[in-house]
Amino acid sequence: MSDDVMIEVSNLTKRYPGHTAVADVSFAVGRGEIVGLLGPNGAGKSTILRILSCFMTATTGTVRVAGFDVFHESDEVRRRIGYMPENNPLHLDMRVKEYLKFRARLKGLSFGRSRDRVGVAMEQCGLTHVSRKIVGQLSKGYRQRVGLADALVHEPELIILDEPTVGLDPNQIRSVRQLIKDLGRHHTILLSTHLLPEVELTCSRIIILHEGRVLASDTRENLQHQINGNGQVVAEIAAPREELIACWREMEAVETFDVAPADGEYFRCTLRAANGEDLRSLVFSAARDRGWTLRELSRSHASLEDIFVQVIRQEKEEKV
Amino acid sequence: MQVYFTLVRRELGGYFSSLTGYIIIAAVLLLLGLSFVEVLTKLNAAPTDAPITEIFFVTFYFWIILLLTAPVMTMRTFALERFSGTYETLMTAPVGDLAVVMSKFTGALVFYILTWLPFLGYILLVQRFATGGFVFDPYILGSTFLGLLLIGALYMAIGCFASALTNSQIVAAILSYALGLALFVLSLRSFMSEPGSSVAGKFFEYIAMTEHMENFARGVIDTRPLVLYPSLTVLFLFLTLKVVQSRRWR
Repeated sequence: MSDDVMIEVSNLTKRYPGHTAVADVSFAVGRGEIVGLLGPNGAGKSTILRILSCFMTATTGTVRVAGFDVFHESDEVRRRIGYMPENNPLHLDMRVKEYLKFRARLKGLSFGRSRDRVGVAMEQCGLTHVSRKIVGQLSKGYRQRVGLADALVHEPELIILDEPTVGLDPNQIRSVRQLIKDLGRHHTILLSTHLLPEVELTCSRIIILHEGRVLASDTRENLQHQINGNGQVVAEIAAPREELIACWREMEAVETFDVAPADGEYFRCTLRAANGEDLRSLVFSAARDRGWTLRELSRSHASLEDIFVQVIRQEKEEKV
Repeated sequence: MQVYFTLVRRELGGYFSSLTGYIIIAAVLLLLGLSFVEVLTKLNAAPTDAPITEIFFVTFYFWIILLLTAPVMTMRTFALERFSGTYETLMTAPVGDLAVVMSKFTGALVFYILTWLPFLGYILLVQRFATGGFVFDPYILGSTFLGLLLIGALYMAIGCFASALTNSQIVAAILSYALGLALFVLSLRSFMSEPGSSVAGKFFEYIAMTEHMENFARGVIDTRPLVLYPSLTVLFLFLTLKVVQSRRWR
């Protein structure tokens, strides 16, 4: 196994009495990547993360973190990971600095080193000014930062975050995401979420899970490309409806189109290319040649939402 | 070792950073004080030569206090962490299962000893005001505390075991009440059967905790309880460890 593979999951299955939470999942995460596990609630994200962090054991399959088996060498693995569980449980009765020091010592840092690292981690997570506060009296956003600081206090090779922004307000979400991005420069990060914008904004690679199985695993760009590499083009043009329709019919590159009346004399045309071509320049020259007024021309990127819906739909169709 | 001491400190901190610890200490002090008043009233009525520890521990006050408070002291050990989810952060840190069990047990035991320290104050009070011949005997006091420690350790281990089984503190407390009371009731059986008359009688004599505590309070250190309590304690700690490890084979 090469040095630049951080996580290697092969044929992982976890069964609970009565149902299978994770079914034959395989994926790999390279060193330095920020990877997002994306899936609806109950897709098996937390279960996978709990197995990765040695809290649970798999029914079958092997998981290796930094080359160590999570079952047989769980001590080695646990030394190398920083894990923030779902809902970020903390000792609410402790003070921030006290808690982080306790965690650092628990993770085997020497006295002097734990003091240094707690300082650095608090700085990194913007906790320095609340270091004397009791964790239970902090806002949810700050608690989340305490959880993150705990996850990185021992300079782990891999940081695992289970739903890191759940329950935060938009401002807090933004700051936590920025924090994750910053961390990604020095650490490998695996995070789970059911929020699409989250992976879109923070992750370089996405693994989509559904009902315990991996549906897709690729970079964000490739996934978008895969789903609608063509992308559809929306144009708002002031022209007679019949002429528009005739024009799009003539154009070979256009596979399907839709013309809907917008306000005034404008029509909103939605065009889809046959072979993944970018239609924008064609549309523009068509409008120019015919002397139409073009007031909007845009190519829509598939959001992850589309990817997600699409992938699950494909899956269902295959089943049928 | 670092992990063990860090966790013990955290366990003790847990008692004192919230109200729980103080409430337990207050409750023990109240019960201890009430029993002490009873003992003093008795002493006033009929002077005696017996050491004060014996008078105290021959009565049932000690048992009431132990049986009432031990489950409350230990119910939080595992159940609270499981309930709040910090069990997950704890077990995903590089800590050994044995270190976790031992630190929780040690924390509870140290706390238990702390709650009994005020008893020393009562001894000093009696010493100060008793007239005629009352001698403060450090050896008897030592053996009394040895008994307190041994029986306390067993009850703490039972409590840890009960707490490890569930994530509800209430269930943990009820379970350890049941286990603790059962042990106590069994030791009462020795009063009913003729001592040494039958195998059963002998057996119940061996496990009669009330007898053992009386001996300790008199200053008699018998090797039988010295073996019995630590081995039972180890048994329950072993069971606790197995429960903690069970998450790996579920």
